[in-house]
Amino acid sequence: MWKKFQPTVAAYVFTLNAVILVRIHPRPGQQGTIHAIHAEQALYQRLNALGFRIGKQIALIRRASFNGPLHVRIGATDIILRESEAQRIQLDLA
Amino acid sequence: MKRIALLGMPNTGKSTLFNRLSGASARVGNWPGITVDLMSAKILLGGHIAELIDLPGLYDLHGFSDDEQVVRHFLSNHTVDLVMIVLNSSQIDRQLSLALQIKQLGLPTLLLLNMQDEAKRAGITIDTVTMAAQLGFPVQTISAKYGDGCPQALQAAALVLNTPVSTMPSPAHVAQLLEVDTQIEQTMHNIVKHAVQMPTQLNDETTDRIDRVLLHPWLGLPLFFLAMFLLFQFIFTAGKPLQDGMAWLLELFRTTALEPVFASLPAWLNGLLLDGIYNGIGTVAAFVPIIVLFFLVMSMVEDSGYLSRAAFLMDTLMAKMGLDGRGFVMVLMGFGCNVPALMGTRVMRSRPMRLLTMLVIPLSLCSARLQVFLFMIATLFAASQAAYIMFALYMVSFFTIFLTAILFKHQYKSTEPFILELPPYRFPTPRQIWLRGWQEVKHFLSRATKFIIIGVVLVWLLTHYPTNVAPASSATWAGQIGQLFAPVLNPIGIDTQLAIALIFGFVAKEIVVGSLAVIYGLQGDALSQQIAMNIDWVQGMSFMLFTLIYTPCLSTIATMKSESKSSGFMWLSIVWSLALAWLISFIFYQGARALGL
Repeated sequence: MWKKFQPTVAAYVFTLNAVILVRIHPRPGQQGTIHAIHAEQALYQRLNALGFRIGKQIALIRRASFNGPLHVRIGATDIILRESEAQRIQLDLA
Repeated sequence: MKRIALLGMPNTGKSTLFNRLSGASARVGNWPGITVDLMSAKILLGGHIAELIDLPGLYDLHGFSDDEQVVRHFLSNHTVDLVMIVLNSSQIDRQLSLALQIKQLGLPTLLLLNMQDEAKRAGITIDTVTMAAQLGFPVQTISAKYGDGCPQALQAAALVLNTPVSTMPSPAHVAQLLEVDTQIEQTMHNIVKHAVQMPTQLNDETTDRIDRVLLHPWLGLPLFFLAMFLLFQFIFTAGKPLQDGMAWLLELFRTTALEPVFASLPAWLNGLLLDGIYNGIGTVAAFVPIIVLFFLVMSMVEDSGYLSRAAFLMDTLMAKMGLDGRGFVMVLMGFGCNVPALMGTRVMRSRPMRLLTMLVIPLSLCSARLQVFLFMIATLFAASQAAYIMFALYMVSFFTIFLTAILFKHQYKSTEPFILELPPYRFPTPRQIWLRGWQEVKHFLSRATKFIIIGVVLVWLLTHYPTNVAPASSATWAGQIGQLFAPVLNPIGIDTQLAIALIFGFVAKEIVVGSLAVIYGLQGDALSQQIAMNIDWVQGMSFMLFTLIYTPCLSTIATMKSESKSSGFMWLSIVWSLALAWLISFIFYQGARALGL
């Protein structure tokens, strides 16, 4: 059932954004593991410092109305980020 | 004097610790080449007077955000005798990276693990001895909010300061090290494994439950607007009597003490002292209650964690204008008073976005402008039309805000990614709230007073000289300026009398109605009748539109300059608002006349 939302990369890899699209058709609390981060150095460092590291568990909590930012949780940290940044993060879905 | 730099990640309670250590003695220091305000305070530590500097929060010592560059700039240009790193104990597993980056600089360091109370509740235990041994510098757990561990932290700091250092790295050396990027992930992982025990699931149940309501897809926004409305009402209903009280006190002092004393002085000096300088002081003082109240409320909104939630809720709309949700809160507050709203933009850490927000805030219809409109509307329109005119003015205010943001968003493009932490909901302590209000007032007074008084004196001179003519009449310098600008002002229906009122309006919109009384030499109903006879409603509307859009007041200009640390930006704001005011008044006035109104 996930195939529909696949990005172009690989069959088992999803962007966070894809997870969101799934969530709208009810899948609250969708979890995944960070597979890769495709970002230039500045963004990569920021994401790293906030706990986005490869292999870390990440959960989608909610999304703001009108395609607003995503609210995700990594460990003890809750973070909001826009879709443009979320798309850089590839997940292995749990 | 020893110099201590306080640094840490955002939302770790670094400033709370700074306030606790410095008390109310903190001041904004001037550091060459740095465009944000750095608070500093002198504290007594281990027999030394030490200067404690609160550096901006940063995620990564090698990062590219404005704040990260400020910290690097600071460390590369100033000797530092001790670095105190503040990290959030609950997030130590990721935040330790910053401590490891600092360690590589070779500066004397002390690591403070803050929010010990929260970590304890979450079941996190940290072995500070093991951690200190692995890091090679002392580690102390504290709660900056409640003060636990702070005396011990100070002792540890004194110990580090008094330990002789054989080779202190020079700022130039630090600058070199700052350019090198290094791998620290493995080290961090090892230390956390040996020194930290964390439960697998540690999310705050209460925060989750509150978020489910406050960030609800449908309820979130209405609740946000309701909260903003209530806060707004609170600030301005509580602020009004305080401002009136302040005005009453100042007036009392003037009539009972100053006027008798200055009565013997020559008229020009008497006027300069009372109507110029003393009124200037009064203008400054009138803002004090509002600024205190505003920051009492803002520090509650900010420290509780709701401001980041507002950013979450409002982001979609604001992103289109190149702003973010926090900017929206400030713009809304600007509808009460522009001055504290401008000061509040400091929460936005990206300079371009902050400047863009500061550019639009003065366009929000503040309560002082409201007074002018209520008077003009009562004078020129029937009571049944009043509400529509008022509504239209609010719409124009929103329109100019959107227009300005959209036009300038490419000039002030934020390079910083929108990635914000949502801290758990916390109750700020009264001490935190009070200190914030006090600091902001001090800040405003020290930065704006001189500027505002000079401005008030200048306008007084323009409207009272030459001395052989009636004050504020067409024959004064102000009147002559009005006539000079007649070719520009006639096409928007503004005559010399109204032009003089606009010059007064530069000082503060509160005095515009009063200035009309002086200009026409009439009071109350007689004044209203005279104005209604002199101008028609199209001219009046054009005057109101101009008043709405052009520079709100000297205090706003002064705040704009001190907050942006750029005269160029201040001038841009003045010129842009004047140009936009003229353009919109022109379109309205000529359009109405073309329609035969």
